Amino acid sequence: MPPRVNQLGLSRNEYKGRPSTLCPGCGHDSISNQIISIAYEMGIEQHKFIKVSGIGCSSKTPAYFLGGSHGFNALHGRMPSVVTGALLANKDLSCVAVSGDGDSGSIGMGQFKHVIRRNVPFVYIIENNGVYGLTKGQFSATADEGQFLKYYGLNEMPPIDLALEAVISGASFVARSFSGDAKQVRALLQAAILHQGTAVLDIISPCVTFNNAETSTKSFPYGRDNEVPLHEIQILAPDYVHAQEEIEVDNYEAGDIIDVEMHDGSFIRLKKLDNDHDPRNRRMAIDVLEQSLREQIFSTGLIYYEEPHPTLADTEDLVSTPLARLDEASLRPSKEALDSVMRGLMAG
Amino acid sequence: MINDFAFSVATKNGSGSQTSNNVLVMSLFRMGIPVNGKNLFPSNIKGLPTWYTIRASKDGYTARKAITEIVVAYNDGTATEDVANLPPGGVCITTDKIARVIKQRDDISYYEIPVAKLMRQTDVPSAFRKLVENMTYVGAVAKLFDIPLDLIYEVLLANFKGRDKPAKMNHDIVKLAYDWTAENIEKTDPYRFESMDGTAGKIMMTGNDAGALGAVFGGVNVVAWYPITPSTSFVDGIISFRHLRQNENKENTIAIVQAEDELAAAGIVTGAGWAGSRALTSTSGPGISLMAEFAGLAYFAEIPAVFWNITRMGPSTGLPTRTSQGDLLFTHFLGHGDSRQLCLLPGNLKEAFEFGWKSFDLAEALQSPVFVISDLDLGMNNWLSDPFDYPDQPIDRGKVLDAAQLQTFIDEHGKWGRYMDVDGDGIPYRTVPGTDHPFAAYFARGTGHDVMATYSERSDDWVENMHRLSLKMDTAREMLPGPIIENSSGSDIGIVTFGTNEDAVREARDWLANDGIHTDYLRVRALPIASAVGDFIHSHKSIFVIENNFDGQLNQLLHIESPEDISHVRSLSLGDGLPMTPNWIYENLKEQEG
Repeated sequence: MPPRVNQLGLSRNEYKGRPSTLCPGCGHDSISNQIISIAYEMGIEQHKFIKVSGIGCSSKTPAYFLGGSHGFNALHGRMPSVVTGALLANKDLSCVAVSGDGDSGSIGMGQFKHVIRRNVPFVYIIENNGVYGLTKGQFSATADEGQFLKYYGLNEMPPIDLALEAVISGASFVARSFSGDAKQVRALLQAAILHQGTAVLDIISPCVTFNNAETSTKSFPYGRDNEVPLHEIQILAPDYVHAQEEIEVDNYEAGDIIDVEMHDGSFIRLKKLDNDHDPRNRRMAIDVLEQSLREQIFSTGLIYYEEPHPTLADTEDLVSTPLARLDEASLRPSKEALDSVMRGLMAG
Repeated sequence: MINDFAFSVATKNGSGSQTSNNVLVMSLFRMGIPVNGKNLFPSNIKGLPTWYTIRASKDGYTARKAITEIVVAYNDGTATEDVANLPPGGVCITTDKIARVIKQRDDISYYEIPVAKLMRQTDVPSAFRKLVENMTYVGAVAKLFDIPLDLIYEVLLANFKGRDKPAKMNHDIVKLAYDWTAENIEKTDPYRFESMDGTAGKIMMTGNDAGALGAVFGGVNVVAWYPITPSTSFVDGIISFRHLRQNENKENTIAIVQAEDELAAAGIVTGAGWAGSRALTSTSGPGISLMAEFAGLAYFAEIPAVFWNITRMGPSTGLPTRTSQGDLLFTHFLGHGDSRQLCLLPGNLKEAFEFGWKSFDLAEALQSPVFVISDLDLGMNNWLSDPFDYPDQPIDRGKVLDAAQLQTFIDEHGKWGRYMDVDGDGIPYRTVPGTDHPFAAYFARGTGHDVMATYSERSDDWVENMHRLSLKMDTAREMLPGPIIENSSGSDIGIVTFGTNEDAVREARDWLANDGIHTDYLRVRALPIASAVGDFIHSHKSIFVIENNFDGQLNQLLHIESPEDISHVRSLSLGDGLPMTPNWIYENLKEQEG
């Protein structure tokens, strides 16, 4: 039987990268798998994507997905500046970037917040496990206060909440998820790819080697038992007609459904669960994150969303041709232009 | 004494003296007198002492002179010292108030201007009064040394971009002081200006503006930066010339991002260079320190980008507003591990422009960061120059493959790998993101990699890659701008220098020649050094390496690069925060040689 193919005639395998060298069972690998799946399902053209990362276990993963996309494994905590430059050079590119909690929460906190401020349009995934894996198990800045790890003993510092930092910094798309919740990760990834602005996905992604005891809020057992999705997420195609009848067919009250229209005309449909969260309300987004932090509630889903505002390329008022593709006529003014500048500087 | 003397204008920072000094320099420039203005300013917004030196030279010498014959002593805090520094026969122009407190000398001329009294006679609104007060010395200088009043008005009008009101307000003060000087001061000194034909067809500009203009003609399209003295005005220059590259709808072909720090600025240009852009950042020593990690990455991942280092005095925060050539070794070896950066060393305004555009061609041709090492003296001061030549070669994007060229490459070589050296020059072929070919993608990284850009920890892959990078450096040696050589004196003495020492060295060589000491000359314009530098060193019995830093860094580099004994190469280095003078070079070389 021939393999299933997408609208481009490509099989899912063609969206893979090289084999992973992470520990078997690593949460990061399941996120890579969801990236592969959603890219396949959406039928993305890989040459129009770039994948960029910092340094750390998470930052190794771009080698393991989208083998047909240019990739850049940059410096620790510096992925955001590299993405900024690459997307200024070619604003027609899309970007999936991967960072970790050490990368974004410690060494790269400044770049994390400033890339959001500039509103560079890309998917900013934080694979958050609360621990430094490659250096064998130190706490990261997102680790729980009061947690115990073999390497360091007791963590007496409070955690930094990267989703909260993203909202505060002005991100227009902030989500939290759990790498064990494949369906939700996939839906959020799809929405983030469609979003026109910095889309931050803080995905709790357990480290099976150093931080997977059930006492850790970054572990698989904890995540499976305690995840509280705020809503069910569906992405509806652009040709979907927003009809009241359909909602009734689904047995949902009108107030229990939130449809968020995306840039390309598709919708994110959020079906309410036991929570009244409305991601379009900034105050509610901050409240839900603060409550999660205070009471250790593992709330997941689309935390905050707002209408896209101008991206960095918009505010730079750039020509429509990507800068990297400009020809000599656009790159070099004429000899007359130089002579005119020179005449203006002469004695008279 | 006509058209051959120097001024020092001593004022307080933030007192508005910049306009006054600029008016004097531009007036002399328009009188056809070769002139150079150098601003010795403090790291301060208001209040600390600042000196502006203006040198007029009928023979076209524009280096800083160790001694100025005339001082405008308008800062009570430094006036005593300013007067003490004058040579016998010198001139002090000061205010009547300061004149009462400074030590009198009987071997110089004093001219006192009653600034407060004159200002009371004007109807300048009180908000502007302090700012235009310095125009009183412009008026006195104009009268005493023969600068035409109408010329000063023209210059003021140009300075205020054609706006008559501020030009007139300033000119009224100039005229007031001019007339008062005419009526009340008897000139007792021999100095004066006279119109001549020494600047026709020449331009005046700062090196930062020249480099920025060069970048605009070199196709820069992504600029990322963080403000730092003395490089800030470089990006200001690009902003001011950005319109030359707008399309008919006034849309930009140059993106300019003020980043959160120099580290991010370096990251932005590295990302942009990887994605096919001509990217530039401009900074100074402390920023270069922060950029070290991206410089190493860009070197090793072979990503083109242009970094300007407008050098100021270090180490550390150092003297933020004083010039230096002290970053030569640090910049050349920027990055940990075995890394080495390509450096261009402009020595004058024309080269600032030329390297401004050429640096992009070199960065892309060599797939490497290129550092243009200028300094505060060239960057922030006004220099006299012939107009710039339009680029004499089309833009060179280097070995970059589009989809069709990639297919041709694969047909010819069986496959394409990002770091395959098929030409034997150490320079591989690259693709940029967005190339629509199934084999175009590769993974850029600062980790160990093989020729296919795949992660590798194998020793043989590592060593092979380092050999190729070393070969690429050797290719670069002869591709980069070669040294300027004057080798016709027949002398055994050779002078080697770089950058902005050029003018001081040229003048010192003329003085030495007058004493019968003839010298040959070589100015290094790029690192790694070209083989011609070695040839020059070995063809002279005595070599002096003149540079504006404490450790003699170019001298050290020559010793590192030379496989043979070059004990005849001696260092003459001075790092005092000031532009090199011909006096210092002349005296020290004569002492060593004599």
